[in-house]
Amino acid sequence: MKPLLAAVAALAFAVSPAPTLANPFETQLANGLRVIVKEDHRAPTVVHMVWYRAGSMDEKDGTSGVAHALEHLMFKGTKTLPAGEFNKRVAEAGGRDNAFTSRDYTAYFQIVPKAALPEMMQLEADRMANLKLDAKEFASEMKVVMEERRLRTDDNPHALVSEVLNSLMFQAHPYRRPIIGWMDDLEHMTWQDARDWYRQWYTPNNAYVVVVGDVDHREVFRLAQKYYGTIKKHALPERKPQNEPEQVGIRRVSVKAPAKLPYLAMAWKAPKLHDVQKDRDPYALDVLATVLDGHDASRFARNLVRGSRVAQSAGASYDATLRGEADFVLDGQPAEGKTIADLEAALRGEIKRIQDEGVSAEELTRVKTQSIAAQIYKRDSLMAQAMEIGGIEAAGQSWRDIDTLLEKIKSVTAEEVQAAARKYFTDDTLSIAVLDPQPIDQSKPKKPSGAVRH
Amino acid sequence: MKHSKLNAPHPHPRPGAGLLVGSLRSIIVGRSRARFTLICLLTALASSMALAGVKIEHWIAPSGAKVYFVETRMLPILDVQLDFAAGSAFVPAAKAGLAGLTQGLLETGAGDLDEEHIAGRLVDIGARLGGGADSDRASVSVRTLSSKPEQEAALDLLRAVLSAPTFPQAVLERESARAIASIREAETRPDAIAGKRFAAAIYPGHPYGVSPTVESVGAITREDLVAFHHQHYGAKGAVVSIIGDVSRAEAEAIAQRLTEALPAGGGDLVPPAVTQPVRETIKIAHPAAQSHIHIGLPAIRRSDPDYFPLLVGNYTLGGGGFVSRLMKEVREKRGYAYSVYSYFAPRKLEGPFEIGLQTKRDQVPDALKVVDQVLTEYMAKGPTPKELAAAKKNMVDGFALRMDSNAKLLGYLSTIGFYDLPLTYLEDFPAKVKAVTADQVKAAFGRHVKADNLVTVIVAAD
Repeated sequence: MKPLLAAVAALAFAVSPAPTLANPFETQLANGLRVIVKEDHRAPTVVHMVWYRAGSMDEKDGTSGVAHALEHLMFKGTKTLPAGEFNKRVAEAGGRDNAFTSRDYTAYFQIVPKAALPEMMQLEADRMANLKLDAKEFASEMKVVMEERRLRTDDNPHALVSEVLNSLMFQAHPYRRPIIGWMDDLEHMTWQDARDWYRQWYTPNNAYVVVVGDVDHREVFRLAQKYYGTIKKHALPERKPQNEPEQVGIRRVSVKAPAKLPYLAMAWKAPKLHDVQKDRDPYALDVLATVLDGHDASRFARNLVRGSRVAQSAGASYDATLRGEADFVLDGQPAEGKTIADLEAALRGEIKRIQDEGVSAEELTRVKTQSIAAQIYKRDSLMAQAMEIGGIEAAGQSWRDIDTLLEKIKSVTAEEVQAAARKYFTDDTLSIAVLDPQPIDQSKPKKPSGAVRH
Repeated sequence: MKHSKLNAPHPHPRPGAGLLVGSLRSIIVGRSRARFTLICLLTALASSMALAGVKIEHWIAPSGAKVYFVETRMLPILDVQLDFAAGSAFVPAAKAGLAGLTQGLLETGAGDLDEEHIAGRLVDIGARLGGGADSDRASVSVRTLSSKPEQEAALDLLRAVLSAPTFPQAVLERESARAIASIREAETRPDAIAGKRFAAAIYPGHPYGVSPTVESVGAITREDLVAFHHQHYGAKGAVVSIIGDVSRAEAEAIAQRLTEALPAGGGDLVPPAVTQPVRETIKIAHPAAQSHIHIGLPAIRRSDPDYFPLLVGNYTLGGGGFVSRLMKEVREKRGYAYSVYSYFAPRKLEGPFEIGLQTKRDQVPDALKVVDQVLTEYMAKGPTPKELAAAKKNMVDGFALRMDSNAKLLGYLSTIGFYDLPLTYLEDFPAKVKAVTADQVKAAFGRHVKADNLVTVIVAAD
């Protein structure tokens, strides 16, 4: 192989001809709404997003799923706009629109030809303040949401395992509830629940607008003032920390569902990013996730899928930028002829190897190369750039930290990765969920969920 | 700092059902996962004007390969894709899976490089290899930084995997075993069962309807891979698409370098003729909470003059997301489904027309009734003047959206090349959309969607 340092130096060079240094731009309106604009003049298109810092973690027991349900209802009309009209106006402008809900936030977006941006801002501003909710539209849309739950979770064994694992590893923290909501809560939700949610959280001081595309930021700031500036803000409900008590012993759960291959997910409690400058462990764990499963030459692919062939698939995931509590998850399916126990031992073996031997200089260089290349490739997509800004802001950091995060990841040493592997992968903070595959009994429909704890 | 899979924003995008014609990727979709399906499937072609100053250049390389090139210097990246008539339609049913395995194993050994060297080298230079095989074609693509050392290394690797794959026996055994495990797993999933049964039912006896089985994958030998590569990955008939930070002269050299050492096979390959199925309803038992429903038939060739009337017409029926009739009647008014859509997926020969939805199992008769009413009414009367105008406005005004990245343009270049569409296709797009009339939509639907041939597949039916 070629000298690696030369390749990385060349990559670093390739990054340098970035657009305007001052880009993105940010302002805040008097009502608290923040507006972040990234100019990208490659094509006459623009992404317009509105992010609300209200996700499923802000829900209360009994109304799980209300953040997502309200996301659906945001398309059902305002005091002046009939139901369905929002989508119609976006479509006729030549655009596409949609929305998504996470544990931490709810976000809405339109991708449109640039001339349509003022109309999109007018539409979003309207539904930020003037949503019309009624019992009839609510009842019909809740049926849709329940179909969505059947599709995504009830008939999807891996999603069921994830849902049960979350509720196992978090017992106090609201991350224990599924974003889409428990079916029973959906069945008993009322339109007043949705209205209350909207009244509590949909206010300009709990939102930010992200615009990326062929725009002049000064013009966008002016439009934002015009459309969003008149909306009144109100105080937000108190947010309690709801910190998870320390886990003091391994937890295991199994889920029965129709499937052929078993599936295993192991989740360790992990630190999240608090202080971008001072923290070290989250960056080390991020590098660890890439070493294990960041690319085709990473350890899981090389050792578990191709090498020992113990795994049909194997993955590692870690997200340090979030509002709630972080975890580090290893998951996978055993190869045919192998068992869950074989796979669990193999995944643990990979962690142990890093605890004992650390990672190589070559592996660290590859992490850096991957992260530099990913940053350049991201510039080919307006949506990816908008998502990056919106996502880090949702977690409580700033878009100004994006470059710092990259630098910090590049600064991680082999010793730090090894130390993090030793510190966080202990059985006392581990939760394990297993899919126990059931033959298809064609005669009777299954019950919605088959979780069993033991 | 995002490696998260389990707790990613909800909902997730839906992976394509293996029917995508272009190489468009769907972005994160939330409220509905199928609403962009049609846009991806059918508007894989649009204008060349969105990236300012875009100009498509076309030539035949000395090797015989067709080359499509767009120079754009705004980002320091280069995308290259090669397409071959090497899809599953060219494989006998007894070896189903051969097209996908051949494509998949290209990067597991080439020349004197083994799979770990290839994977490691790609990671070291920050390049990404992509591609896949569908019914008609197999694709291999690379995205790399355009800086010289990285670009050279990436192109060397691409040339090696295309021209000198070694198809190691041990890798074949491993990947066959993984494919077989996936097939067995898929046989338990209602969506996968429905997709397979639908293809088989609308393409009786035709390779478009064949899916890999445990037996067919188990029967594939290394010799099969070598022979399939030799026969189908030739320069003649290959399409090379190039976009990014290189000059015309550099692109010419790249195209020749990637194709000069390809095997001798290739050329004009056409799958056997498609016959229409007889109308029927197939019910398959499964314990899922929701039934998965597909309704459709073989409908349109890529070269068919009815392409634009069907493209524009389907927007109103079930392609235009929330503004389509199916979405309004099935989801918005009645709450019967989260996802309901229709699309045409043109291929070399008659590609499918499909209406799809999922609904809780005891609601199937009611949902089917609504779908049937919507389709029957639309077949009889076509779009209203208002609907037709709205469809055109979305497609014409939304034009720029389909062309605003190198990745999207690469998909269009390869589709134009592979399906022999005129070079003026992109410039003509808005005018062709605008020229469609309601009568043309109605007539085209009448010609391509005949009630006597419509097949319905219901998985998890009561």
